Amino acid sequence: MAHTPAQSVDGAEPVFYLKEDHHPENGTSLGFWLYLMSDCLIFATLFATYAVVGRNYAAGPSGADLFDLKLVAINTGFLLFSSITYGFAMLEMEKQKVKATLVWLGVTGLFGLAFLAVELYEFHHLIAEGAGPQRSAFLSAFFALVGTHGLHVTFGIIWLVTLMFQVAKHGLIAANKRRLMCLSMFWHFLDVIWIGVFSFVYLMGVL
Amino acid sequence: MIVNSDQTSFLFGKLTWESIPLHEPILVATFAAVALGGIAVVGALTYFRLWGYLWNEWFTSIDHKKIGIMYIILALVMLLRGFADAIMMRVQQAIASGGSEGYLPPHHYDQIFTAHGVIMIFFMAMPMITGLMNFVVPLQIGARDVSFPFLNNFSFWMTTAGAVITMISLFIGEYAQTGWLAYPPLSGIDGSPGVGVDYYIWGLQIAGVGTTLSGINLIVTIIKMRAPGMTMMRLPIFVWTSLCSNILIVASFPILTGTLALLTLDRYVGTNFFTNDLGGNPMMYVNLIWIWGHPEVYILVLPAFGVFSEIVATFSRKRLFGYASMVYATGVITILAYIVWLHHFFTMGSGASVNAFFGITTMIISIPTGAKIFNWLFTMYKGRINFDVPMLWTIGFMITFVIGGMTGVLLAVPPADFVLHNSLFLIAHFHNTIIGGVVFGVLAGIVYWFPKAFGYRLDPFWGKLSFWFWFIGFYFAFMPLYILGLMGITRRISQFEDNSLQIWFLIAAFGAFLIALGIASFVIQLIVSFLKRDQLRDVTGDPYNGRTLEWSTSSPPPAYNFAFTPVIHDVDAWADMKKRGYNRPKEGFIPIHMPKNTGAGVIISAISVVLGFALVWHIWWLAALSMLAIIAVSIAHTFNYNRDYYIPASDVSTVEAERTKLLAEQA
Amino acid sequence: MIKKIPSALLAIPVLLLLSGCNLVVMNPSGDVAIQQRDLIITSTVLMLLIIVPVIVLTLFFAWKYRESAKAEDYDPEWHHSTRLEMVIWSAPVAIILMLGTVTWISTHRLDPYRPLERIDESRQVTADIKPLTVEVVAMDWKWLFFYPELGIGSVNEFAAPVDVPINFKITGTTAMNSFFVPALAGQIYAMGGMQTKLHAVINKEGVYDGFSANFSGPGFSHMRFKFHGLSQQGFDQWVAKAKEGGKGFGRQEYLEFAKPSEREPVQYFASVDPELYSAILNRCVEPNKLCMRDMMHIDANGGGGKEGIDIAKALNSVVCTPLAPFGVASGPQSTPAALEGQTFEPAALPETKQVAG
Repeated sequence: MAHTPAQSVDGAEPVFYLKEDHHPENGTSLGFWLYLMSDCLIFATLFATYAVVGRNYAAGPSGADLFDLKLVAINTGFLLFSSITYGFAMLEMEKQKVKATLVWLGVTGLFGLAFLAVELYEFHHLIAEGAGPQRSAFLSAFFALVGTHGLHVTFGIIWLVTLMFQVAKHGLIAANKRRLMCLSMFWHFLDVIWIGVFSFVYLMGVL
Repeated sequence: MIVNSDQTSFLFGKLTWESIPLHEPILVATFAAVALGGIAVVGALTYFRLWGYLWNEWFTSIDHKKIGIMYIILALVMLLRGFADAIMMRVQQAIASGGSEGYLPPHHYDQIFTAHGVIMIFFMAMPMITGLMNFVVPLQIGARDVSFPFLNNFSFWMTTAGAVITMISLFIGEYAQTGWLAYPPLSGIDGSPGVGVDYYIWGLQIAGVGTTLSGINLIVTIIKMRAPGMTMMRLPIFVWTSLCSNILIVASFPILTGTLALLTLDRYVGTNFFTNDLGGNPMMYVNLIWIWGHPEVYILVLPAFGVFSEIVATFSRKRLFGYASMVYATGVITILAYIVWLHHFFTMGSGASVNAFFGITTMIISIPTGAKIFNWLFTMYKGRINFDVPMLWTIGFMITFVIGGMTGVLLAVPPADFVLHNSLFLIAHFHNTIIGGVVFGVLAGIVYWFPKAFGYRLDPFWGKLSFWFWFIGFYFAFMPLYILGLMGITRRISQFEDNSLQIWFLIAAFGAFLIALGIASFVIQLIVSFLKRDQLRDVTGDPYNGRTLEWSTSSPPPAYNFAFTPVIHDVDAWADMKKRGYNRPKEGFIPIHMPKNTGAGVIISAISVVLGFALVWHIWWLAALSMLAIIAVSIAHTFNYNRDYYIPASDVSTVEAERTKLLAEQA
Repeated sequence: MIKKIPSALLAIPVLLLLSGCNLVVMNPSGDVAIQQRDLIITSTVLMLLIIVPVIVLTLFFAWKYRESAKAEDYDPEWHHSTRLEMVIWSAPVAIILMLGTVTWISTHRLDPYRPLERIDESRQVTADIKPLTVEVVAMDWKWLFFYPELGIGSVNEFAAPVDVPINFKITGTTAMNSFFVPALAGQIYAMGGMQTKLHAVINKEGVYDGFSANFSGPGFSHMRFKFHGLSQQGFDQWVAKAKEGGKGFGRQEYLEFAKPSEREPVQYFASVDPELYSAILNRCVEPNKLCMRDMMHIDANGGGGKEGIDIAKALNSVVCTPLAPFGVASGPQSTPAALEGQTFEPAALPETKQVAG
């Protein structure tokens, strides 16, 4: 918030301009947070769609018939761990430890890739069986929601690798730390969305 | 009808020579005109060696003032295209209501009314308000630029990319024939197997990226970059309405993005979101699209309300009546905008309680809107009103918009809506509010802030002429439509069997002709004023004895806006400074931190056009390649850490000294 | 409500009528549409109470406080008045309270799904008045009408006796349309796979225009029909005329008719397959297509399982329901002529799902 500089009470002329260099507060975190909320709304649209048509199996298979909860548990584990390892990366960043930060970022990326690999395997299996997105509205909604999440994770990994190069090149300068902060928000956000997907789609579909 | 053969080639996707509508004389003539005009413009730019200037000073500029001006230029160009569609429709309906088939076969007419709606909303009205907000808001809050200048440039070019994709559909392929909101199942792959809906989708999705980012940009700017002392309750009302409009953008455009993405999946992948079979639900599309669609109209009208607030106070030479009340009214409108969407489809068969709830919430919105009108009225009361062109637009707005508001509340009564939904009465209503509110508002804003942007006023004669043609033309064009609606006539009809309708359509066509003269006068106003700019020059920077901070700068303002960041003590900051004997500092200047220009926005947006085109025509290799290119260029851009520079204090001194000299000569 | 409106205002639609244009929305012939018209007038009057003063004051203030008038009460700092704000906010609130109440009541009273309680202003529906059922199908780009109680049907024209409540059941095929006869009642959407309902009554004999009020494609402009309001005798004659033609209309004819066409001439059908409307609504007119009601039933019971993945099999499979635990063949109940005599070979019986209850 802008601050109100002290105004003279004794009748002296009020100050109408700042003689010093005025640097407004950095808006990157707020801006990125707003972007994240707009992304959240896209997911909300997909969740709402899933809520409306998610039981329209078109006389085809339901979630109970298709979901392999063991696989999904492994998947979820990978993603949750990746959030923890990103947290470690941020802790190392605060300590200005470039190498340690890069190591934890790398581990995060690997967990992310593992998550994607399992998800791609799941999708491939479903499609090969004939339970692809065209079969019914339920499956369309499933693939759209889970697929969009997976796409976000993919872009997150691309971003993560890019940032690893940039941190390696320029070190933990202010700009890079801001970027790591933004990716952190993004990564944890995807984790939260996944918890929604996992509960609302997989668990509620099977139980 | 463009029949796209099912033959897809790897290299060209669905694109064939038949995709070019050589057999449609109107399109061929249009293409000839556009090509000739384009060659003339390109030729002139080359002859006068302006490419470097354009690239360095405008296209790559991250200056909010230049970006604002470019948005408005885009909007004015698209106004001409959208209005051409309107004239064509008016002529067709005037002819075809006399028993003939008219000159536009349905498949052509259906594209025209679809394109008219899409272009006017997304590529005329949105860029107009975005341009005004971009230009004015940083100046009004005492900032040097927006929070994310590069994103600002990128947003503009993405909007332009969407417009380009939409325009390409005129000459290669066809446009959607579904209405501007493209309801499925008609817009699904079975109802619309051609490329038209795909052009629609990708034009909007690409432009939507720009709009959403712009929304985020302006919110952060208003929250983080206000000058010291400018608390929220000292913001100019235009900034408040901009803030609320941008909150609506960020909170609603993602829903449009998601919904269009689902329609895309239905068309490209064969999913079943909105099909009639296999579990799809077209009614869900209608709900989702209007959950976006209703906030959209408030996105458009709130900044227009803001413009009128500024103008009414300035030209009545009086403080705006009821500032706090205006702020609360704007906030209430913003929130209520989210709980009225079902009034767009009362007739879809929701139960009585649901319909009644949404009808009542819709009526409730008229309360804060009415409060605003009264506040403008009481600003005029005990004022001393100057009727320059911006004030004429304001009076025109106050009279016209309330009629539109009245018919809106009328339509909000569900049983009344049952007999008026989708009729020409509805068309008259929304044009009444959009033209009377948004269009009058942006035209008023352009005239009002033009001297600030360019250093000279607009010619008042052509300005007044433009206003009167628009105002009178509007009534001739749309009052007959209210009557036609009461005669039961529905919208989007291209051929009529009842001859008694013709007189009304002829009157409406006459009105459209008057509006055409209004647009022509507006353009002539711009040209004449440029030619007479020395006579119309304003060197004070404050031609109206303005009340808000933008009028404290020179006209046009320097790149850095303010040599020293102002400190604020009251609402109407500039009026307050003048009243208390503010002295403009003439020395002690310091270096100023500024962002650098960049071409990344132009390049990424240009590649987006290729991506959109490739997706429309199913040219998969090109789509993949352009997607990769976008990612690569974006990543490359992030490797550029060298994004800012300092304007040396000596440069600032020079610029400020110039101004001191001009002001002294004026005195 | 009508009694509260000064008769002077009712003169306005009359005046416009006299000028030669048929403002059917302001001068309808059906009781529902008449009540809707009255609502339009009521709302307009209520809002004019605000709009007229606003416009008058705008012009008045613009004139009185123009620069050249140099009005003596110029007060540049006057920008607040709590009393005025109270009026500014409460006047619209009062109007909206009134209008909101009217809205709530009338929306329930005029709910299209609600059976009629009155024939007109002065007559109620009594137990001895039997309503007429009309089934409506919106197609590309024509209208199909069935009279299930009479066994007849028609294209692009339908009729009803005066002062008899009509119960419409409405569906569509492809795009969303809207069934609208302005003289009769408000419109309601006609959508594939869905059924909407409308209750209306015609009070005057006449020929009235009907059309689609939601854009549905290139043939939209000509998707029009005539509605004949007839005396009871006239209606009986109309029905007889339809029967005289002797044309039958079943699934085969429907499938042929469903191909997109414009400006269809009026047709009458002497006999209509009684299952046809239900098949159209459930999107299973084609042979071997799973009916939507059966599909929804399977889905409500947890879906068709992995065996249901193959759509072709699902469409031609045996369906197990609580009432038929060993399965019943789904698909068309009446066999199209082309398949007459053939026997269905059901697919291998899938594992039956344990159905709760």
